Amino acid sequence: MTAPLLQVENLRIALASSGTTFDAAEGVSFEIGRGEAFGLVGESGCGKSITALAIMGLLRRPLSLASGRIVLDGQEIQNVSAAEMRRLRGKRIAMIFQEPMTALNPLSPVGKQIAEMFVLHQGASWRDAMDRAEEALRQVRVPSPERRIRDYPHQLSGGMRQRVMIAIALACGPDLLVADEPTTALDVTVQAEIIDLMAELCAAKGTAILMISHDLGLVANMCKRVAVMYAGRIVESQLADAIFARPSHPYTQGLIDSLPRLGERARRGRQRLTEISGVVPSIQAYPSGCRFNPRCPSVTDVCRSLAPDTTALPTDGLVRCHHHG
Amino acid sequence: MLIVLARRLANIVPTVVAVMALVFLLFSVLPGSFISGMNEDGRSTIDPAVMERMRKEMGLDDPLPERFAKYMINVATGDLGTSFRTREPVTKLIGVRVWPSLKLVFAAMLFAISVGVTLGFLAALRPGSLIDTAAMVGAISGLSLSQFWFGLMLMYLFALTLGWLPSFGYGDGGLRNLILPAVALGVGPMALLARTTRAAVLDVLNADFVRTARSKGMSERRVVEWHVLRNALVLVVTIVGLQFGSLMGQAVVVEKLFAWPGVGSLLVDSVFQRDMPAVQGCILMIVLFFLFINTLVDLAYVAIDPRIRYR
Repeated sequence: MTAPLLQVENLRIALASSGTTFDAAEGVSFEIGRGEAFGLVGESGCGKSITALAIMGLLRRPLSLASGRIVLDGQEIQNVSAAEMRRLRGKRIAMIFQEPMTALNPLSPVGKQIAEMFVLHQGASWRDAMDRAEEALRQVRVPSPERRIRDYPHQLSGGMRQRVMIAIALACGPDLLVADEPTTALDVTVQAEIIDLMAELCAAKGTAILMISHDLGLVANMCKRVAVMYAGRIVESQLADAIFARPSHPYTQGLIDSLPRLGERARRGRQRLTEISGVVPSIQAYPSGCRFNPRCPSVTDVCRSLAPDTTALPTDGLVRCHHHG
Repeated sequence: MLIVLARRLANIVPTVVAVMALVFLLFSVLPGSFISGMNEDGRSTIDPAVMERMRKEMGLDDPLPERFAKYMINVATGDLGTSFRTREPVTKLIGVRVWPSLKLVFAAMLFAISVGVTLGFLAALRPGSLIDTAAMVGAISGLSLSQFWFGLMLMYLFALTLGWLPSFGYGDGGLRNLILPAVALGVGPMALLARTTRAAVLDVLNADFVRTARSKGMSERRVVEWHVLRNALVLVVTIVGLQFGSLMGQAVVVEKLFAWPGVGSLLVDSVFQRDMPAVQGCILMIVLFFLFINTLVDLAYVAIDPRIRYR
């Protein structure tokens, strides 16, 4: 087996807050192979977005990378100089953000915002870069790109804007695309289009995807492997097919149970949707032991006192639960 | 662009009418008149019959609405009346004052923008640094200074003590005479602009699209040049416009202090003398200047921000 494209090892991200620091994420490890789609799933505030920002080298105060290694294509990138990181960013790892509304500069035509990529990383002239921006817009299937390159973001719909973001991210043919909830702000019908477009373009260019979402169904559909994060830790990582069939962590089980299923009411009658009781603990007050223990249906004494280590699963996965292994 | 201009110009007429009506009303409740001022100490030797005739000539006894209507009709034809004091047409009286006033206001604004915006920028790019602290302390002081006191201190330091610049007067209208009054007038807007620019730039630096720009692999310098500047400019232009427009009115104190022959000092003299046509003329100038600058600002918005379209 060849070396993976991205290795994240034991990442710890610190949050500084009025004199003390908290761990916003810890012990986060995963690998993404070349051209592979990898999903990172969890509730709001579980640490998935800051993990993405850490990979991009874009953590800003009060967040900082406390320890761990990020290896891209054999090169450790967590400590490289700012200038070197800039050369990687955009060119080899690109990112798509959640809000296409605010992620584009409102005062700059979208064509120019795409063209910047060619000027920055390939030394193209603006004239040349604008031609290629038009081509990039055509690739993400924006109709009449020759007119659209001169449009401002407010003249485009949410879906179109996210296509522009994809065009920007994929402009320089990166090895890895980090997509942070790319469809959360979009209509359901547009969501599917955007996901398909992303998957198709990445497959064509051999670009790996780190897909970050709170939507387990979406991620499992698109990705080969999935990691589930809870309260700053990865609690389970598995092949996507396996995770639906045999979820190993009670939290994953809870996520799957709380998915509504089409046609369920016709088959089984009106029923309350299952939920995970309780709320996500705040970073300042993570419970001791297993962080899921206050909400876990199968909690035992050991869960409250001792933090579980990871256990290997037979299906090439890991789980962080005392009741496995 | 043209529609914006047309709409703006159409707004000017009612605004001017409203402001002038207010001036008439205020003047009518102000005690005394030009004639009674001539006789203030009760020892005047002027024949009461002559005073009576003058009152009639100047129309001081006519009912207020009638005087107002007459005045506005004359203004529409470009006639601002005749000064009670100098017996000259007000247009001529103001005409020689407008250029010095404009020179002072533009110089003050140039000072305010160049120093204020630069300071605000430097402060925002290094928040918490020495530059930031110094600039913001300076800005707070600048905002709290009285123009009058600050002007006196400038005179004391640069004219009296160091002898570098003339202490007051228009001189030959050159730069040397302009510097001190312009700085005294510009320090307030400068301070406000420094604070606004800092806040605007910090705000934009936290915007999502700046994070996008960083994720593209842009250097911080490029991020600022390509994405931050123009966005921060929107807010800065607003403050520049507001300050600029009201500056001619604010210049009253500074002009008086530095004996600057502008519209402001004419206004002060005319108010003391109850020289109503001259007062009205000065206020009209100040209002027109304000409206003119406001129009320019609106046009600037359209040029900067593609989202703004006036209908």
